[in-house]
Amino acid sequence: MEAGPGGGLGPWQLTLRRLRRNKVAIAFGILFLLLVGACLAAPLWAEHVAHTTAEENHLSDTIVIDGKTTNVVDFLGTPIGPTWQGEFFLGADGNGRDIMVRLLYGGRNSLLIGITAAIGTILMGMILGLLAGYFRGWVDGVISRLLDVLWAFPVILLGVALGTALALGGLKIGPLTIQGDSLGIPILIIAVVYIPYLARPVRGQVLGLREKEFVEAARAQGMGSGRIIFREVLPNVTSTMVVFFPLLVANAVLLESALSFLGAGVQPPNPSWGTMIDEGVDRIVSAPHLAIVPGVMLVLTVLSLNIFGEGVRDALDPRSKVRIDH
Amino acid sequence: MARFIVRRTVSMVFVMFAVSILVFLIFNVLPNGDPAVRMAGKVPTETQVEAIRQEWGFEEPLPVQYWTTMKKLFTGDMQSYFTQLSVTEEIWKGLPRTFALAIGAAILWMVAAIALGLYSAVRAGGFSDRLLTVLSLIGISMPVFWIGALLSYYLGFKAGIFPNGGYVEFADNPTQWFWHLVLPWFALSILFIGFYSRVLRSDVMETMNEDFVRTARAKGLSERRVLLKHVLRNSMIPIVTLWGLDFGFVIGGGAILTETVFNLQGVGQYAAESIGQLDQPPIMAVTMFGAFFIVLFNGIVDIVYAALDPRIRLEGGAKA
Repeated sequence: MEAGPGGGLGPWQLTLRRLRRNKVAIAFGILFLLLVGACLAAPLWAEHVAHTTAEENHLSDTIVIDGKTTNVVDFLGTPIGPTWQGEFFLGADGNGRDIMVRLLYGGRNSLLIGITAAIGTILMGMILGLLAGYFRGWVDGVISRLLDVLWAFPVILLGVALGTALALGGLKIGPLTIQGDSLGIPILIIAVVYIPYLARPVRGQVLGLREKEFVEAARAQGMGSGRIIFREVLPNVTSTMVVFFPLLVANAVLLESALSFLGAGVQPPNPSWGTMIDEGVDRIVSAPHLAIVPGVMLVLTVLSLNIFGEGVRDALDPRSKVRIDH
Repeated sequence: MARFIVRRTVSMVFVMFAVSILVFLIFNVLPNGDPAVRMAGKVPTETQVEAIRQEWGFEEPLPVQYWTTMKKLFTGDMQSYFTQLSVTEEIWKGLPRTFALAIGAAILWMVAAIALGLYSAVRAGGFSDRLLTVLSLIGISMPVFWIGALLSYYLGFKAGIFPNGGYVEFADNPTQWFWHLVLPWFALSILFIGFYSRVLRSDVMETMNEDFVRTARAKGLSERRVLLKHVLRNSMIPIVTLWGLDFGFVIGGGAILTETVFNLQGVGQYAAESIGQLDQPPIMAVTMFGAFFIVLFNGIVDIVYAALDPRIRLEGGAKA
């Protein structure tokens, strides 16, 4: 890397330094890591603190609070609220399941879907954007029209369409088979619907980059297209990828919750924040905490990613305008 | 101008055709298993599945199947095998409600975003600017169905200020119609207010440094006049473009969550309720018509812009 006016630091080091100075972004980045850590520790909490699993029902069990014995689910079917002690820390749901345990396990699913889907979007969006921008001509024509078509659907509607179509039989393309009730379906759906948001700006950047002298030099040296794309052009669009990643994860987590809320995402009894909010909204009158708890967790996660993501964007490329729908 | 309209219309028709192919692929070809069984819903009988197979021609080659599907969609011949109701009729029934929700929300989010964005830009760096930034970030991080459910429960059910979901026809009782839509409008708007106010804020701050603004100030115009007549007019362009596109998206299916959580019985909720029954024809029709509407609406927005701004005509449309 070249020694610049920044005292011999490369662009990435400068970015890191700028990011470190943004205390708010760093704080929210740490908050996100803590949330991820808590969800990863779900089995520990379930086994050693709550003594139950995410799927176990406790409909007819009782619990002792302040020396008084209380039903986990009373005769009217109203579940217990937060006890703020080991078992049923955040209360129970309609089936007498421990909400804290489900929240942590559900978070694993929500975050797994969000992060994997975002990686999928980045991979596919990058490849499509690089190919369209570099080769232009009919390759660009085909890819750009494809992106136009995906772009014509509201994200949520395309997700619902794919979700219901694939819910029964799953998907089978060549050697790839995904069962209808597996997490692979929401991951795939979410990864696909966000492709245009990344592929379009990447294509635009590559269209400009391919005319630059360094690409011309590489071509004059006799480098093949594949090598030019990956060795010369790709490193120049990685900053876009880095800017998009946290924001994509945030929106993927939101879209997962929306699809699960509508019944086209994670299939019960597998918990996710979306299915938990869905169950909570049905019982909001008798037990509002069922909807509030997973929602707060979801908002905290998405908010921390959004704020951290903005910090990354400001540090890398403050002028870029990123907007992703959910 | 005529050339631009023709070119834009041709590309619109092309995208619509591609959209219809994609919808056909999503529902009839991509998924694993028998399409007739999927079409029949959750608990199909043997004879039902067979009848559907005949009706949709699932044994014919794919192009014939595509043609049959499109004919069913556009002649209004499609019915739900769960409710036995005509899909097109149900969509027409929900349409006024979806429009009422979308139009009201679009007005609300635009007005609120202009007010907040402008205020934020003028007070840039101050306490109220920071507070608004935090609020808009929280706004874009909240799922609409969650905040909608909480609003409906706390302000509707508990406090009794607003009705707890549901829809009243405008012709029956205009006051009640309005009152029932206040929370849905607000819930749907939050996300867009968050986005727009921040776009406007940064744009206003940029425009304030332009030469023509300095000239306006130098002429001795009042700060208020400079802000509203010179700065805002210029900074409105990007969000007005967004506004057109987002309005199309909300009508074309983007309001599905809001409609469902407030029980407005619009087009989106019709699709949402079909998901639980795995009732495919309504979802297919809503997806198709939603995307068509968006393509058409974006085309119209583009043509209107080209009529207003000749530069666009030469560059050829912002977006398909």
